[in-house]
Amino acid sequence: MKKTTKKLMTVFSAVAATMMLAGCSVAKNSSKGTKQDDKTVKIGMNMELSGATAGYGNAEKNGIDLAVSEINQAGGINVNGHKKKIKLITRDNKSSNTTSASVAAQLVNKDKVAVVVGPATTNAATAEIPNVTKASVVGLSPSATDPNYTLQKNGKVQPFVFRACFQDNFQGTSAAKFADDTLHAKRVAIYADNSSDYGTGLAKAFKKTFKGKVVDMQNYSAGDKDFNAVLTSFKAKKVDAIYVAGYYTEAGLIVKQARQMGIKVPILGGDGMADPKFVQIAGQSATNIYYTTPFSNSAATKNPVALKFMKAYKARYNEAAPTFSALAYDAVYMVKAAIESEKSDDSVKIADGLAKLKDFPGVSGKITMNKTHDPEMPITMVKLVNGKINKAFSVK
Amino acid sequence: MKKNWKYILAWLLIMIAGFCLIDALIAVGVIDNFIENMLVTIGINIILATGLNLIIGFSGQFSLGHAGFMAIGAYATAIITQRMDSNLGFLISLIVGMILSIIVALIVGFATLRLRGDYLAIATLGAAEIIRNVINNLKITGGSSGMFNIPQYCTWATVYVLVCLTTIVLLNFVRSRSGRAIKAVREDDIAAEAMGINTTKWKLAAFVLGAATAAIAGGLHASYLQTIAPSDFGIMESISILVIVVLGGVGSMTGTFLAAIVLGILDTVLQNFGALRMVIYAAALILIMIFKPSGLLGNRELSLKKLGQHFTRKQRS
Amino acid sequence: MQTVLQQVINALSLGAVYALLALGYTMVYGIIKLINFAHGDIYMLGAFWAYYVINFWHLNFIGALLSSMVIGALSGVVIEYFAYRPLRNSPRIAVLITAIGVSFLLENGMSYLFGANPRSFPQVIKQFNFNIGGVLISNIQILILATALILMVLLQIIIQKTKMGRAMRAVSVDPEAAELVGVDVNHTISFTFALGSALAGAAGVLIGMYYNSIDPLMGMTPGIKAFVAAVLGGIGSIPGASVGGFLIGILETFFQSIGLSAYKDAVVYLVLIIILLFLPSGIFGKNTREKV
Repeated sequence: MKKTTKKLMTVFSAVAATMMLAGCSVAKNSSKGTKQDDKTVKIGMNMELSGATAGYGNAEKNGIDLAVSEINQAGGINVNGHKKKIKLITRDNKSSNTTSASVAAQLVNKDKVAVVVGPATTNAATAEIPNVTKASVVGLSPSATDPNYTLQKNGKVQPFVFRACFQDNFQGTSAAKFADDTLHAKRVAIYADNSSDYGTGLAKAFKKTFKGKVVDMQNYSAGDKDFNAVLTSFKAKKVDAIYVAGYYTEAGLIVKQARQMGIKVPILGGDGMADPKFVQIAGQSATNIYYTTPFSNSAATKNPVALKFMKAYKARYNEAAPTFSALAYDAVYMVKAAIESEKSDDSVKIADGLAKLKDFPGVSGKITMNKTHDPEMPITMVKLVNGKINKAFSVK
Repeated sequence: MKKNWKYILAWLLIMIAGFCLIDALIAVGVIDNFIENMLVTIGINIILATGLNLIIGFSGQFSLGHAGFMAIGAYATAIITQRMDSNLGFLISLIVGMILSIIVALIVGFATLRLRGDYLAIATLGAAEIIRNVINNLKITGGSSGMFNIPQYCTWATVYVLVCLTTIVLLNFVRSRSGRAIKAVREDDIAAEAMGINTTKWKLAAFVLGAATAAIAGGLHASYLQTIAPSDFGIMESISILVIVVLGGVGSMTGTFLAAIVLGILDTVLQNFGALRMVIYAAALILIMIFKPSGLLGNRELSLKKLGQHFTRKQRS
Repeated sequence: MQTVLQQVINALSLGAVYALLALGYTMVYGIIKLINFAHGDIYMLGAFWAYYVINFWHLNFIGALLSSMVIGALSGVVIEYFAYRPLRNSPRIAVLITAIGVSFLLENGMSYLFGANPRSFPQVIKQFNFNIGGVLISNIQILILATALILMVLLQIIIQKTKMGRAMRAVSVDPEAAELVGVDVNHTISFTFALGSALAGAAGVLIGMYYNSIDPLMGMTPGIKAFVAAVLGGIGSIPGASVGGFLIGILETFFQSIGLSAYKDAVVYLVLIIILLFLPSGIFGKNTREKV
């Protein structure tokens, strides 16, 4: 026994010593920015095309595909007076953070893309940050909502990280103000998806701002189908309104089950509900529903960009355009605008261009990129009656 | 005895040569960030899978909760290095992760190792889900948004060294007296007990050792990827580690290495197939299992000693 | 009091959903000792089949239910024939991995072919509520409860009273001995898969109608919960699966109603571990003593 221990120790120290020596001269990978060839601009898509969040990822893929084919049909991106077609490179990260990092590395190192669009969820999107930053390539997520996504640990902005959507705080506080000022709600219950940062982020922001009483705060996780137990307890607590923080998949079911058990109070939510699927799932129960959104199918009829997008989307995919597709569609056009204003498709220049984006005409309205790389766009509160948009309020 | 030394030395040289090879390839730029990423993922998977193979293959306990222990290590590293931003902090975090994981493994093990087969599998799965659920609701772990901006102290070299170290420890454990005791328990625990082997103790020892290596892998994962979230450590992760073990051959450490490398490469290649990737992966999994149900290497090991003997015998004849 | 009664109704209908799924798990496990991970996905196939036949062939509820059961049974038999039968004499863990592979294949294949987005299930039966002293119960909840109960009783009759049932029991005790006394083992196993998968198909239609939303990954979470239910009740035992299913439904509802919704899954697993500690083979499981 003693002999083996001794032997082990020797082996250990030998291995450790050699590794230490070798460790001093460990080679590191680094590169600075990517350059494009004369004919094409390569855009990489790092998206959740399979796995748990594939529903959202595929909706964004549709939006990106549509934008790319529109731009290419119109001749391409104007890079310093020279029209270049977009070459889209689509890669699936199977809704896994590890794979998202690997996909990002492949896109920037092997494919040498000028910009990475995606991923859809904050977790996967944060996983790509180290690899895109190392290569000085922009990572632009259409829908990563966590407030800290674009920030470094010390609070400074991540130089190569952008998003094309609202951050959670903004939507949560807007909804809380609306519940206070317009609905005059006194007792509100919060029901949040705690398997996603989107749900918990919205719920936290709402709770912080809301002046009335939050009588109950409960959680569900993505994939749940039965919400009767929690809704029954909400009903017994006699709430004036319910804030549902989550995506349409579950929010639709929550609304349906709430209405079925006779809860008639207003139900509020975020842009995760702003999807045609929400109304399909909730059916006729989608009445007295309010949600905050940058883009909505019928409230945006005054915006020509939105009208064009909705028409093109319907023609191509034969269904009404979901919010996720709209955000992703905007993301591609934001990249185009950045390249055209900087007159260069160098990946470092694109970052500059995106940071300076001002009054960009998007599907979601006029977009201006602020200092923390969050787009500032008008937010509307939409009211649904019988599944149809009945009224739109502007909120500050 | 002397003969053994020769093989130990040979393995050692192979390890160092491997290290130098990767180092050189990175220096000349053959291995870029993307391939390095793949190698690190494979390395982490090797640590995870060899640990699980110890539990499943050598001690015969069917555990489906390996990702839970990985989560403990990952969160320990994330939390500690965010507060103690130095190499020392990283080292401490790995050790703390291991200790926490060992404590939890002891509790879980005491409670569940009396169960057998599928009951044990589902109980360990439950335990891992409980760990994940708790992490998902704690404040210090960042809830479901997880933690990001974790300082990167883990390089490919750290992973390489730790793959070697954990493998050496695991192999020595398996080939020692303890290893024979564990295998005896696996083959027939009643007979083993009659021989005076404390079955519970040895089952627990394998379980705890496996959990400790999983915690190391988790810590490396967190530090290399710089982002973790509770959803990384769900049932799917436990299953994908299990797939590596079974594909390599239950009870074969070299098989685990081989399977981790094959699956790691397959996984990165499949990134090019868009939405079809998981369909192809699933089909490949089924076909491999149907045509090679005992895994790539069965329970055989690739050993330099046998290889050497094979060659010397050939030379003589 | 009203709230409590309402929660009991909620618990029972959720429990019935789990019980329906757990039955299939338990039957397959009982006969070939395989955790059939693909079971939850057959339930998804059933729901999708019903979605298409109702929307495009305009079948009524009974037609959709029966055809989904047939589709479920067929896919169960096909999966068994191609994926599990070649591995009959392989280590059990290899079969388990194959089952996981089949599950991945069905989930991802369906989301590749039909899209991963959830879709709303056509309402072939109009949902309405009965109001009994302030407690609401919908016609679909009653339908699910009734179907679950009827199927459980039917199953018990098939297994206990018919010749095929006897063959199934024989194979589950000792396949070799069963073969010696003239039971066609492969045939019996196919039949078991057909029966269990038909139940999953039926569950798919019922649950699709109850919740009104189906997607390719819908089998994942309830599949695992149902399996936990089967283990809780004592895997291999039909009454065990039913009791396990209802028990999990009750537990989840109870912990949500007292405000512990964030920990509802953890609590379910904790109860599972505790029960297994005291009854190592589940509530109704046969506790076989090991002989030297």
